[in-house]
Amino acid sequence: MEEILKLDNVSLTYQSENGETQAVKNLSFTVNKGQFIAIIGPSGCGKTTVLSLIDGLIKPTVGKIFFKGSEHVLTTKHIGYMLQRDELFAWRTIENNVFLPLEIKKINNAKNREYAKNLIEKYGLSEFKKAYPNQLSGGMRQRAALIRTLVFNPEILLLDEPFSALDYQTRLNVCDDVYSIISLEKKTAVLVTHDIGEAISMADEVLVLSKRPATVIAHHVLDLDKSKLPLKRREDKNFAKWFDILWKELNYDA
Amino acid sequence: MTHNNISKERLLYVKKQKTSKVLVALLRFGILILIVGLWEILARLGVIDAFLMSMPSKILITIKDLFLTGDLISHVLTTLYETLLGFLIATVLGTVIALLLWWSEFLRKVLEPYIVVLNSLPKIALGPIIIVWFGAGTKSIIFMAIIITIIVTIITMQNGFLATEKSKILLMKSLGASKMQTLVKLVIPASIPTFVSCLKINVGMAWIGSIMGEYLVSKQGIGYLIVYGGQVFRLDLVMASTVILCALAGIMYALVVMLEKYITKKR
Ligand SMILES: Nc1ncnc2c1ncn2[C@@H]1O[C@H](COP(=O)(O)OP(=O)(O)O)[C@@H](O)[C@H]1O
Ligand SMILES: [Mg+2]
Repeated sequence: MEEILKLDNVSLTYQSENGETQAVKNLSFTVNKGQFIAIIGPSGCGKTTVLSLIDGLIKPTVGKIFFKGSEHVLTTKHIGYMLQRDELFAWRTIENNVFLPLEIKKINNAKNREYAKNLIEKYGLSEFKKAYPNQLSGGMRQRAALIRTLVFNPEILLLDEPFSALDYQTRLNVCDDVYSIISLEKKTAVLVTHDIGEAISMADEVLVLSKRPATVIAHHVLDLDKSKLPLKRREDKNFAKWFDILWKELNYDA
Repeated sequence: MTHNNISKERLLYVKKQKTSKVLVALLRFGILILIVGLWEILARLGVIDAFLMSMPSKILITIKDLFLTGDLISHVLTTLYETLLGFLIATVLGTVIALLLWWSEFLRKVLEPYIVVLNSLPKIALGPIIIVWFGAGTKSIIFMAIIITIIVTIITMQNGFLATEKSKILLMKSLGASKMQTLVKLVIPASIPTFVSCLKINVGMAWIGSIMGEYLVSKQGIGYLIVYGGQVFRLDLVMASTVILCALAGIMYALVVMLEKYITKKR
């Protein structure tokens, strides 16, 4: 399989007035094209930091990050980062929110706008395209945020606890929703979460991080039926087994 | 909910709301009538001294006379000119300075104590300096309006710009946005509500500035009329000018509120 992303012995120490905080320590892992990787770890362990590192928002203190074999410089073009909350701009219509990355990357041409409109249509938001974010439900907003992330056709998606702001019911549905869009668009995804169930039901592989400073304590290849959507996968006979294993790993560490 | 299908409770609620609105309007107006009426009657009966307190009918006559001689228009225009110019310059300049302070954290830190001191300084104390610098005329008055309005603008707008959600700035960064793009696409549009409420504050500030300026130096304007009226003990004139001032300030505020409604509707 084609390797798309590789972290090689990456460490990160934050500097601030009150001293330094080591958030990530000797972190190494690879992601192959088309894979769905989940990273789980306790709150505050450094998960968001790992995504910021991959996205190039911060530079590793030690270690290297490779994108398709070369040390990354061009990442914002290849990586779509979906944040915890939808972060839609209240003063823009859904359509204009989706166009935002095109404007920023100065690729706001007819072809790309057409692509954006197609995504909006394909994923059932066309009747809301002229609506403002506050007119949409939480789930719809999250879907709009995902489309905004996809609009410049990134190769890797980074998802930072993208469902944590939603209530439980909505969350399970949006989870299915987001998963099917990502697999239909054949994207490589790195999902960060502290929700074990979410990780098992969505991912092919799970990385377990220790508490801060984050380092890999386990790497599992899941054996669930990947043709099923996340909600259905929760009924898989192996779901409980993995839940048990990951639960213990997270709690053993704590 | 369809129209032919409104519940009894809803009708009752709507009715109640309506009644309460009417009541508020009636009372507001009633209070005004009561005060003006009492004032007039007591002055006529000699219970209060019409020389010291003036009276509504005399105030109206004074306004009419001022209007007929053409003085009213020129005084109003003078003060309006000073106020509006002060308001505009201070709002624009203050917002630009706030933008620069948002842009550069370094500049912000360096200038912070100056802004704090200027803010707490009673600007009237600068009166003599302003007069020496700008002369005893319109320029000084406009400068007074500007200095009073601009500090508030800088502080309000800077806080507004800085209050842009961190997570939205992160979104922009992750999209590879430049600082300029973040400013134009996020920070400025997100600060429009702050700007509108700043405009509301500035209306009041600019009036304070221009009237205060006129107290210090002027030969014309509403503030001048008030001071002059006080000096020659023509309380009718003082009261008439004050009423006109209230009306002007009210109209300007109402215009800003209309602008606010227009902007929030569009969002
Ligand atoms: N910009 C920063 N400066 C200093 N410390 C930070 C910064 N960002 C995060 N941290 C610290 O690094 C640790 C990991 O943070 P984070 O990656 O957000 O954790 P998680 O996403 O797993 O909850 C936390 O202890 C946090 O306080
Ligand atoms: Mg986090």
